[in-house]
Amino acid sequence: MATQVAATQVAPTQAARLDPAVAEAAAAPAIRCEDVAVRFITERRTVTALENVSFEIAEGSFLSLLGPSGCGKSTLLRVVADLIPPTEGRVTVLGGSAEAARRDHALGFVFQDAALLPWRTAIQNVTLPLEVGGRSALPPGAPTPTELLALVGLSGWENAYPHELSGGMRQRVSIARALIGGPKVLLMDEPFGALDEITRDHLNEELRRIWQETRTTILFVTHSIYEATFLGQTVLVLAANPGRVREIVPIDLPADRTLDIRETDHFVRIAARLRRLLGEC
Amino acid sequence: MADVAILQGGQGIDAAEAEYRAVQRRRRMRRRIMPAAGVLSLLVLWGLLVYVLDVPPFVAPSPVAVAQTLVENAGMLLANLWPTALEAILGFLLGNIAAIAIATVFVHKKSAEEAFFPVVVLINTIPVVAKAPILVLLLGNGIEPKIAIAALICFFPTLVNMVRGLESVNPQAMELMRVLSASPREVFFKLRVPTALPYLFSALKIAASTAVIGAIVGEWIGSTVGIGALIIQATYNFDSALLYATVIVGSTFSVLFFLAITGLERLVVRWQAPVVA
Repeated sequence: MATQVAATQVAPTQAARLDPAVAEAAAAPAIRCEDVAVRFITERRTVTALENVSFEIAEGSFLSLLGPSGCGKSTLLRVVADLIPPTEGRVTVLGGSAEAARRDHALGFVFQDAALLPWRTAIQNVTLPLEVGGRSALPPGAPTPTELLALVGLSGWENAYPHELSGGMRQRVSIARALIGGPKVLLMDEPFGALDEITRDHLNEELRRIWQETRTTILFVTHSIYEATFLGQTVLVLAANPGRVREIVPIDLPADRTLDIRETDHFVRIAARLRRLLGEC
Repeated sequence: MADVAILQGGQGIDAAEAEYRAVQRRRRMRRRIMPAAGVLSLLVLWGLLVYVLDVPPFVAPSPVAVAQTLVENAGMLLANLWPTALEAILGFLLGNIAAIAIATVFVHKKSAEEAFFPVVVLINTIPVVAKAPILVLLLGNGIEPKIAIAALICFFPTLVNMVRGLESVNPQAMELMRVLSASPREVFFKLRVPTALPYLFSALKIAASTAVIGAIVGEWIGSTVGIGALIIQATYNFDSALLYATVIVGSTFSVLFFLAITGLERLVVRWQAPVVA
């Protein structure tokens, strides 16, 4: 049973804000997965982590990947990042293979634990991507490491070591690190999952702002219904065992969202629908 | 260790802070004085025991006699420390550099680790006192077998720790390096080596004292100079004061070597959160 491909749409309010050139570029998918399957062979049995996963994300859009634990959300993200090869199917990132996108430094990845290098200060962690993989300098016009730390609200913390920062601040540094060099696609694997609710709310708002400022395509993995709804233009609901696309739900909330929106009837209705979909998984 | 004082009612904040600092100062002072007092009381106890039990000087000397020997024979003791220190330091360098190099090979070539790690374990099970004569036969009576024994004794802990350190990389940091298309060389120098440094230093601190032991044991077999040779001579001559003085010189060097490595660690490994003792 193949899941029907549903193209991601740019929300009307969003499209209206874009100039025609950007809107046209946005029409080309940044990521396209066609019938992707991933199977792991273990000593006892073969596990199908993902099966028949097909979807597209338009350039510059924000897609939340929502699903229960063990539904293969993180695996799907790693397939797009060229960290795990798909067993079947095809993945296209920015018109080429996932590997080409990775080699072009077009991908930014944010991990669940910030994965900062403890021997480097905040700013040295942000500049790490410029020191490896055959990339030496920032592309012209790209924001500097200091500007990126300011973007994530960490001005003045440039020379702090990770152990001197709180969990939320560490995750901000790792977001700045993922943004250096202006990646076209930002892949985020439950980045706020280990944070307390207050910090998480705050970072959710900031991530919306960063996305609107940088216009990076974002693929955001979460198991929080509220987070998925608040952040995404679209929510892709994954079902577990095996991981497959349950439904692709467009989120028709206004582009300028504040956390208050979570109390509106419209938001609550969308969240309730997502909850029902997860319940049927 | 309570470093927090509760502000008492009816007390000015300035006065309370001054008092808090005074208490902290006294506490720091005490931390320095107490160990010295401990050592001193042991010396007194030792002196008393020797005096009260009337221990003959060829069995055990009094602390006063040892101190006298240390002062009177300072030149001779230092002249014998020099070769031992040289052997220990050279052996330390040789053994650890070899261990780091082989750990690097093991981490990059799993088959090499599978083939040679059991060999290394086997060699390590041979006691130093048994290895020493073998190496003396192989390398002669000069400084070489002593360096080799000191190197061998350092080698194993460093190899084991270094392999573990190089492999204990955060898996997400490893994925990050892959997303960044880092080369194996970049992964090694930017990720594996810094990760391994704290492991390496805990091995180096062990090696600093064992290298000295290795050099001394090496000198027990057919050597005429060095702390080890002096220990043997003093024992055969029933010169217990000289024996004790020699042991003190040897362990003082060990402690200084250890402290030097600890100081180096503080300079190099700066990123770890302060450990609450």
